[in-house]
Order: sequence, then C-alpha cells, then structure tokens
Amino acid sequence: MSSLSLPVAPPPPPAESRHIAIQFEDVSIGFEGKPVLDGVSFQLLRGESKILLGVAGSGKSTILKLVLGLIRPDGGRIVVLGHEVTEMTEVELFDVRRDIGMVFQESALFDSLTVRENVSYRLSEEHDISSEEIERRVREALRFVELEQTLDMMPAELSGGMRRRVAIARAIVSQPEILLYDSPTGGLDPVTSTTILELIVKQRDVYRSSSLMVTHRLQDALLLATHWFDTKTNQMQHLEPGANINIRTTFMLLRDGKVIFDGPANDLVHSEDPYIREYLS
Amino acid sequence: MELISPTEFAKDKVLAVQEYYQLSAQAVANLARQPRYIADTLHQADIIGVGSLPIVVLTGFFTGAVLALQSSNTLQRFGSLSLIGELVAESMVRELGPVLTGLMVAGRNSSGMASELGSMKVTEQIDAMRALGTDPVKKLVTPRILGTVSMLFFLTIISNFVGLAGGAFVSGTLLGLDAHQYWQNAWQSLAFADIVMGLTKPVFFGFIVATIGCYYGLSAKGGTQGVGRATTQAVVAASVLILVVDFFLTRFLMVILPGM
Repeated sequence: MSSLSLPVAPPPPPAESRHIAIQFEDVSIGFEGKPVLDGVSFQLLRGESKILLGVAGSGKSTILKLVLGLIRPDGGRIVVLGHEVTEMTEVELFDVRRDIGMVFQESALFDSLTVRENVSYRLSEEHDISSEEIERRVREALRFVELEQTLDMMPAELSGGMRRRVAIARAIVSQPEILLYDSPTGGLDPVTSTTILELIVKQRDVYRSSSLMVTHRLQDALLLATHWFDTKTNQMQHLEPGANINIRTTFMLLRDGKVIFDGPANDLVHSEDPYIREYLS
Repeated sequence: MELISPTEFAKDKVLAVQEYYQLSAQAVANLARQPRYIADTLHQADIIGVGSLPIVVLTGFFTGAVLALQSSNTLQRFGSLSLIGELVAESMVRELGPVLTGLMVAGRNSSGMASELGSMKVTEQIDAMRALGTDPVKKLVTPRILGTVSMLFFLTIISNFVGLAGGAFVSGTLLGLDAHQYWQNAWQSLAFADIVMGLTKPVFFGFIVATIGCYYGLSAKGGTQGVGRATTQAVVAASVLILVVDFFLTRFLMVILPGM
C-alpha cells in the first residue's frame, strides 16, 4: 500500500467553529451493555469529506445515526452545523436534519412510493414549495444520477445499483450542507460500485458539500482519495501527484469503538501502526 | 430456550407498557399539531373501513343467525319465542356487535399495521423518514388511529344491523316467526343506554387495534423473523386487550348510564 502515490494534503489550519460542520467530543454509546463507541472525538470541516473505515461492528454506522440524532449518545457532545444535537428534542432536530442528506446502507427507499415520490418526499413535506419547483428539482436530482427515465417506476422495479442512485438523488434533492453515506457500495458489483463512487466524487467536487462516508471497502476509499471530478469532460479523473487540486478528503479508522487514525490518505498508507498495516494489507 | 430472570422479565414488561403509553400519548397529541395528513387518514379509513366490510358483514350476519338459533330452544321451553327479536337486538347491540367487529378488525388490521410498519422499521424506512424531517408517529400512527376509530364505529353499526337481519332470517325461515313482529320487538327493546354502550365500545376498541398494531410494528427488530413475531404479538395483544377492556368498560357504563 505504501507504494501508492497519493496526493499530499497541506496540514489544515485550526478551525473556527463556523468552519466546522460536525464535531464529536468524547462521545460514547453502547447497546445492550456492550460499548460501541468509547470516547470518540473528531471534527468534519465544511467542504471536507471524511471516510470512516473499520471492521464490521466498529461503530461506523452508529456515528452517522448520532449525527442525525436518530440515536442519542450515552455520553459526550455532538455539534452539527452549530447546533448541539445531543441537547435537542426530536421536533427541534427536524430543522437540523433539513440540512443533512443521508444515503442508507440498503437505500431505504419507501417501497410504496414511486421514484418521483421518493425523491420529492422531503420537498413535499416542506409544504411551501410549488409543485412545478418540486418537479424541476426532482428531475435535476435524477438527472445528476442519470436516472431521469425512472420517475414513475416503483423501487421494486429497480436494480440494487439503481436504488442506491435514487437514494443519492433523494439525499441531494434539497441541496443539504452535509451528506452521510452508509456503505453506499455495499453488496454491489465492481462496475456499479464505480458508478456510485463517481457520483459521490461528483457531488464532492461540484457542489463542495461536507460528507461522511462509511465503508469497509478500502479500494473504494482509496478511489475517492485518488480521483477528482472533471466538469469539462463530465468524468472522474485520476489525480496526478503534484496536481493543484485539493479534494479535501481525509480518513478515520475505528477500532473497538475508538478512533485510532484521523488524517489524510497519505499518512494512513504510510502509518507504522501494526493494526493499520494489517488492516491495509 | 434462553432463561430470563424474573426481574429482567418484569422490567421488560414495564418498559413495554411505558413505550406503548408514550406512543399513544404522542399520537393523540399530534391531532392538535400541523401538518395534518388528511390524505393518509382517508387512505387508512378506506383500507380499514371498506377493506373490512365483507368480513364484518359475514361475521355479523351469522352471529345474529346462530344467536337466534341457539336461543330458540330455551325461549320455546318458556313459551317466549316471540321475544327472540329482543334477545338478538340486546345481545348484538350491547355486546356481540362491538366485540366481534373489534376482534375481526384486530385480526385483519392490527396484523396489517404491525407487518407494514415492522417491514419499514427493519429496512430503515422509519429512520429514513425521520432523517427526511418527518415525524413517523404523526405520519404513520395518527392517521391509522383516526381511520380505525372512525371506521370501527360505522362498521359496528353495520354489524349490528346485519346481525339483526341474520336473526330475522332464522326467525322467519326456520322458526316460522312473523318478520314484522321480530323487527318491532327488536326495535322496541332497544333503549338509549343500549345504543350508547354499543357505540362507545368501538371507539375504545378502534384505538386499541391501531395503537397496538403500530406499537408492535415500530418495535419490530431482527429482520423478517422479527416482523412475523411482531404481527402475531399484535393480533394476540389487541384481541386480549379488547376483551379485558370490554369487561371494565361494560361495568363502568352500567354504573354511569341510567336504566342499565
């Protein structure tokens, strides 16, 4: 792995609170007496993409659910876009969630609604957007994932990869500040996985949204760290060493509920930590 | 089979009651909050009301018919066969109509709600709904409660009527009674208190059917097996609760209603 040529990101300056999208401070949570996260602290800056790595059960997906306030930590503090979500009620959280888009592990599309209704769900719930505007934004989001032709189809009629792309369209339709991806390529074939990753890179480089992506596939994570989206060719391109393009992508590795690495790809692949070496091999 | 300590078992049950109470209270409180999902409520009313109509009509008709048939022997022994209309009317309106309709709707709709919401829960659709800024209790539970309570009320009226018709059919064809006498006897026997009792029960039973179905659905965990378990538990719990509440409600109404 250390032979990979990865772009070297400049060390980030100390972040002011207004530049921080997500902040975890000493967060702990357990289920049925078993600790899942144990004193986790990290920051995600606005415009930054962070890839969460770790073996199954290391607490990666739990972090995403904590960000959304879907579950509450046993201890610690979580601040999302300046709001302390650990102190908020469910009703107050709905406002924060409007600025967050999430792509669930198995897509979690509403199976009784069409693709159009799924993608427009959030906009329709806001009640103050005209139906023409909703239609325009739904089509735009589906065009982004290249599935405009599926508007009137039901989720059951779509392939696994298409469902994942519709889930991305649903997450981005309201142009949220933060995007959360929970194993977006899990269970997909390599070709479809690359299509999904290309969409994530496109979202990152075109819209500059902050994102947290959970994956246990190292090759997917490294692809994100070594590619950028070229709007001229409308394609994902390999990032040449020395190129003056800052893709602002960092990695965080979890082990037994603790953060054992948080930094750029280059530091990860050159780490001397025996566990990280074993994980990367 | 895994053994659970009595303390853990008791704690689990108390927690379940607390969660059920919280869900019910939140769903009722949502009636006063915007947005109101009117289209969802009408959709649920259609599924529950129109969808349950055939089983409610069949159950009501044959219950009234068998009631007339079973009681005919005893009444004949005392020479009071002409009172059969009164017996069927009182039994159907006060007790059998609401309870049997409640049990039928529980069997059909508590299970349906538990399996639908349970499937949504295990496939993360409930989490997705929350992530998209929608309160699942307001969107999914409150419309089901409104739909079930309102429809069970009308289904009970229909069940009572077809039950009386079933009694009339047996009285006319098998017992040789005059149809006019049967209906007049049935009509005159019913007091205002009987109607109040008969139509108060479906409001409570409808609430039980919907909240129990939704509670077990939203508590489902463990994949498809968990959904199946939730469905069975919902039907059993709703049916038992209907019968238990029926006893206490009957006693309470007998105390407060004049002429009972």
